[in-house]
Amino acid sequence: MDYLHQFVFGIYPYIALSIFLLGSLMRFEREQYSWKSESSQLVYRGNLRLGSILFHVGVLGLFFGHLVGLLTPLSVWEALGVTHSFKQVFAMSAGGIMGSLALVGLLILLHRRLSNQRLAANTTWRDKLVLLWLLATLLLGLCTIAVSAQHLDGHEMVLLMTWAQHIVTLRGDAAQFIVAASPIFKLHLFMGMSVFVIFPFTRLVHVWSGFGAVTYLGRAWQLVRPRA
Amino acid sequence: MKIRAQIGMVLNLDKCIGCHTCSVTCKNVWTSRDGVEYAWFNNVESKPGVGYPKDWENQEKWQGGWERKPNGKLVPKQGGKMRILANIFANPNLPSIDDYYEPFTFDYEHLQNAPEMQTPPTARPVSVLTGKKMDKIEWGPNWEDDLGGEFSKRSKDALFEGIQKEMYSAFENTFLMYLPRLCEHCLNPACVASCPSGSIYKREDDGIVLIDQDKCRGWRMCVSGCPYKKIYYNWTSGKAEKCIFCYPRIEAGQPTVCSETCVGRIRYLGVLLYDADRIEAAASVEDPKSLYEAQLGVFLDPNSPEIQAEARKQGIPEAWISAAQNSPVYKMAMEWKVAFPLHPEYRTLPMVWYIPPLSPIQSALENGLIGDNGIIPDVKDLRIPIRYLANLLTAGKEEPVVSALETMVAMRRYMRKKSVEKVSDPATLRGTHLKPAQVEEMYQVMAIANYEDRFVIPSSHKEMVENTFDDKASCGFTFGNGCSGGTSESSLFGKKKATPIVFHDMRRDRKANAGS
Repeated sequence: MDYLHQFVFGIYPYIALSIFLLGSLMRFEREQYSWKSESSQLVYRGNLRLGSILFHVGVLGLFFGHLVGLLTPLSVWEALGVTHSFKQVFAMSAGGIMGSLALVGLLILLHRRLSNQRLAANTTWRDKLVLLWLLATLLLGLCTIAVSAQHLDGHEMVLLMTWAQHIVTLRGDAAQFIVAASPIFKLHLFMGMSVFVIFPFTRLVHVWSGFGAVTYLGRAWQLVRPRA
Repeated sequence: MKIRAQIGMVLNLDKCIGCHTCSVTCKNVWTSRDGVEYAWFNNVESKPGVGYPKDWENQEKWQGGWERKPNGKLVPKQGGKMRILANIFANPNLPSIDDYYEPFTFDYEHLQNAPEMQTPPTARPVSVLTGKKMDKIEWGPNWEDDLGGEFSKRSKDALFEGIQKEMYSAFENTFLMYLPRLCEHCLNPACVASCPSGSIYKREDDGIVLIDQDKCRGWRMCVSGCPYKKIYYNWTSGKAEKCIFCYPRIEAGQPTVCSETCVGRIRYLGVLLYDADRIEAAASVEDPKSLYEAQLGVFLDPNSPEIQAEARKQGIPEAWISAAQNSPVYKMAMEWKVAFPLHPEYRTLPMVWYIPPLSPIQSALENGLIGDNGIIPDVKDLRIPIRYLANLLTAGKEEPVVSALETMVAMRRYMRKKSVEKVSDPATLRGTHLKPAQVEEMYQVMAIANYEDRFVIPSSHKEMVENTFDDKASCGFTFGNGCSGGTSESSLFGKKKATPIVFHDMRRDRKANAGS
């Protein structure tokens, strides 16, 4: 295991998580006026509805798929009687479907953003960075399906799960589990972790608020603020 | 009983001359900024017409306001909470900026910089959205001013509902009225209910509805939720913005900018006391035609000693209770019943009310210019169809509008006789419920309209709730992080977006040069 591998898969995850959490906190605390979804729907609608819904449904599916798939302890799956092989095939299919939805949506959104004059004039490099970064991560993620298809025994998946679980439980030996993983996986992991790095500095912060908006369901219709 | 106070507004449409001073002063103060150049917190529409944004009164199209479900519960017309959250990725009911108009400026500089040419140079329109020249301006904030455009387009106006509108296309039957519009600061606001972030709120002390700019996340549900389309999405800041009822002025006891600058003195501001516990029932009344009366039932009589005592007990300041007794808004809405809410059928219980306009008599020739009562016309002869006004103000119920117009006509008859023939003749009020003393007071408030009669605004006494000494040397009214910015133009989290072209100032690149 060389130093670079140890850094990228043993240390970088913590750097990324720290930037993600502290950066979000700082922005929320100091620059909340800049915290928004930054919708461009008013200026130009185009295919926004189709693209945005496909993309968000897909990407939310991928997020929760990764969360549950990577972080649920192996013992839980074994207790449920889910074989590693079955779980891998399920993850490949579900990820494939959600990934394709997100990809189609993302391509529609990219086309919409880059082909319209009004949007072009009101798009920052940060907006483009988010779209292109997610596109690269997504494409790499979809490529891993082809890699996985070459060995359906669930072995590599278990190693990836072990890596992720060791990372979040703060065990220093995480990186060694994926030394032998395919470069496609490694690139996907790097790009994916880096999404958390750019997160606080881009419109991605609206994801926090999207989850926060669920509290709307339990709220009263009307809000009245007393004086001071 | 939960007593709250609100500063309400009445606009006397009978005196509006459509000069747009209110709109222009409002824009100069509040929306001469990037991203809201298309937004008019106050605008004046010529009616009949589709208005701004186009066709805003057609709620089948825009899904604004509330809907009463068969079980008697109110739900925003655009959907319940689940539906609103499901539409968060792309709001199907959001107007496009072209429904307002594509904001534009003109290439004035070309008039000075053009080389010598055979024809005089022209200042071509430039889109503020793209910074590029536009071939043609297709629509503007007031495209239909003074009945501009063809009748076939203007007559898409939703207020023609239930009216044989074809006859009004004829020149000799045509009619015109102005409708100045601003945020209604509703008692049951649909924008507040639609906001998934909970960033919009109504202030308890004066009823002003505001958007917390820091908490707004730009989900855009308020824009579609508001049936009056008086919330605007700032396309550079990504936040929703709306009329703030000039709250810094109101807090200091001053009228809003639109009211202060109204040359026709048509605007009135005054305190209304209301019972917050009655709001839900009043907004949920089954028959839309009863909503106007139901809303009247929410207001409390400030002259009743019991109400005064209860208001004092609940912490309403003494200055507000006495202002409520002198409130021109209470007098016109509750005592004289000449002012009405705008579109009560939206069930938002709006708090900006309107006095319907009288209009020239319909068939001047046949009548020989003389009605039954001398030179002042009868309400039935008025040129603007009563049903049209009723569709605007009382969900189509004509009686209250007729009664208000008759009250105003009676006031004119009485006062005309008094000033022309120098006779106070109570006989001119026969057939009405009016007494000479009330007519004199109405005349003073509605016709003379002195400043102190129009604006009865108690100051909010901020010193009671905050230590103003702490505000010493602070940054005042700013957008968002005004105080934390330092001197750099951008921060770690990005730069404020700007329009590609400055529409009210020099071009950005010129300005940069001028500065260096």
